[in-house]
Amino acid sequence: MAKYLLLKHYRGAPAAVNDVPMDQWSQEEISAHMQYMNDFAARLEGTGEFVDGQALSPEGTFVRYDGEGRPPVTDGPFAETKDLIAGWMVIDVETYDRAIELAGELSAAPGAGGKPIHEWLEVRPFYGVQPTATE
Amino acid sequence: MNESLLRELVPAVIGVLVRRGADFAAAEDAVQDALVEAVRGWPDDSPRDPKGWLVTVAWRKFLDAVRADASRRRREELVEAEPTPDLGTAVDDTLQLYFLCAHPSLTPASAVALTLRAVGGLTTRQIARAYLVPEATMAQRISRAKRTVSTVRFDQPGDVTTVLRVLYLVFNEGYSGDVDLAAEAIRLTRQLAARTNQEEVAGLLALMLLHHARRPARIGADGRLVPLAEQDRGLWNTRLISEGVDVLQAALARDRLGEFQAQAAIVALHADAQTVEETDWVQIVEWYDELVRLTDSPVARLNRAVAVGEADGPRAGLAALAGLDPSLPRHGAVVAYLHERDGDVVTAARLYAQAARSAPNIPERDHLMRQAARLNAQLRG
Repeated sequence: MAKYLLLKHYRGAPAAVNDVPMDQWSQEEISAHMQYMNDFAARLEGTGEFVDGQALSPEGTFVRYDGEGRPPVTDGPFAETKDLIAGWMVIDVETYDRAIELAGELSAAPGAGGKPIHEWLEVRPFYGVQPTATE
Repeated sequence: MNESLLRELVPAVIGVLVRRGADFAAAEDAVQDALVEAVRGWPDDSPRDPKGWLVTVAWRKFLDAVRADASRRRREELVEAEPTPDLGTAVDDTLQLYFLCAHPSLTPASAVALTLRAVGGLTTRQIARAYLVPEATMAQRISRAKRTVSTVRFDQPGDVTTVLRVLYLVFNEGYSGDVDLAAEAIRLTRQLAARTNQEEVAGLLALMLLHHARRPARIGADGRLVPLAEQDRGLWNTRLISEGVDVLQAALARDRLGEFQAQAAIVALHADAQTVEETDWVQIVEWYDELVRLTDSPVARLNRAVAVGEADGPRAGLAALAGLDPSLPRHGAVVAYLHERDGDVVTAARLYAQAARSAPNIPERDHLMRQAARLNAQLRG
C-alpha cells in the first residue's frame, strides 16, 4: 500500500472546466456537491483506503522568522496570485493507478448545472517507509 | 453496572485516595487503572459496593506504583506511616476536584482535558478523539496539567466561575468524536449543581438543557445547519425544556443575576414560542441589555443587534452594530442578514458570500454559501 495526498486548490491550479463560483450555483446543486463529497469519503472508508481529509479556511497568512528577539514577519492575507490550498484527502491505496483513478472521480464532483466541475486536483505520493528486508 | 454510572464515582474515589495521603496525579492514575479493571472485570454483575471496590483496587494500584518507583521511597514511608484518615470529612471531595481541575493556573484546554479525565472519568483516548488530536498529545497535555496543579492544596476553596467556564467550553465543543461532550458537560454541571447553591451554576445548567433540547432540530437530514427560525419546533425536546425552565426560574427567583442566567433566559424565551412569529423579541432585547451590562462582551452586543433587528426593524439592528469590530466572528453574517431583511438583496448576497469565506466551521460556511446562492438565484429571477 502507498499513501497519496490529493490536494484541492482555491487558487494556484489551472482553471476547472466548469468554473463557476459556488455562490452562483442553485441550492440543489450545492446539496448534490456536498452529498457527492461525503459519499466519496464514506466509500473509501468502506474499501479501507481512506486515511484523512480536512478542509481549510481560505483565510491565511505567510509568516517568517525575523531574527532573535524580533517578532515574526507576516505577509498579510494571501495575495491574489498566491497558491491557496482548500483542503486535502489522504488515501492509502495499492497502486499509483488507483490513486489517479480516485483523484479523477473526486474531480468529477458535480458543480453548476449539476455537471462535473472537472477541477484539477494535485496528486502527491508520500515517501514510503524503508523496507526492513532490502535484499 | 454501566460505564457512565461507574464514571460518576471517579471524583469521589480520587478524593478518598488524596485524603489517605496520595498526591493528586498518582491518585488520578490509580483510579483510571482501577476503572479499566472494573470495565473488564464486571461484565454482568457488579460488586455490591462499587465505590468501596474502586477505592480498594485504586489504593492497591497506587501502592504498587509507589513501590515500583524507588525514587518515591520517601513518600512510601509517609503513606505507610500515616493512619487512614476518616473518609467522612466535611469537605466534598468531588467539588474539590472540580476546583482543582479548573484551577486558574491551567490554560483552558488543559483544564478541559483534566476535568474530563479526573471529574468525568473519561479515558485519555476518548478525550483525544473528541478533540481530534493524537492520543499521545492529549496524554502529554493531561500530565502537564497535573504537574501544574501538583502544588495546589486539595482542601482550598476554589472559584466556581472558572469551573463554569470550563464546563461551558466542554458543552460548546459538542458533537465530534465518539463521546457526546454536550451530554457529558450536562452530566458534570448537574453533578455540580447538586453540590453547590450558586445561581450561576443553575443558570449554566438551564442554558445547557435548553440548548440541548433543540439539538434534534438543529441539523437537517442531509447534515446541514437549520437556523432557529426554520427549525421544526415539534422536534424540540419538551422534557428538557421544562426542566431547563424550572431550573432557571428557581435561580432567577433568588435575584442574583449573572451572565449564564441571562443567556438561559434568552434561550428560554425562544423555547417558549410555539412558532417563530410568536417570539417575544422585545423581551429578548431586554435580556440582551442585561447581558451586555453584565459582560460588556462584543459577542453579546452582536447578538443583541440581531434581536433589535427583529424587535425594531433591520435599520435599527444595523445601527446597533455601530462600534463593533467587523472582524468579530459572525459579524459579516449578521450584517448580511440585516441587509436582506431590509430588502437590499444585492448587498446581502455579496456579504453572505464574503461571510462564508471567513466562517469558523464547515456547517456555517455551507449555510452562508447557501444563503448567498439563494439570493443570487432570486436576483437572476
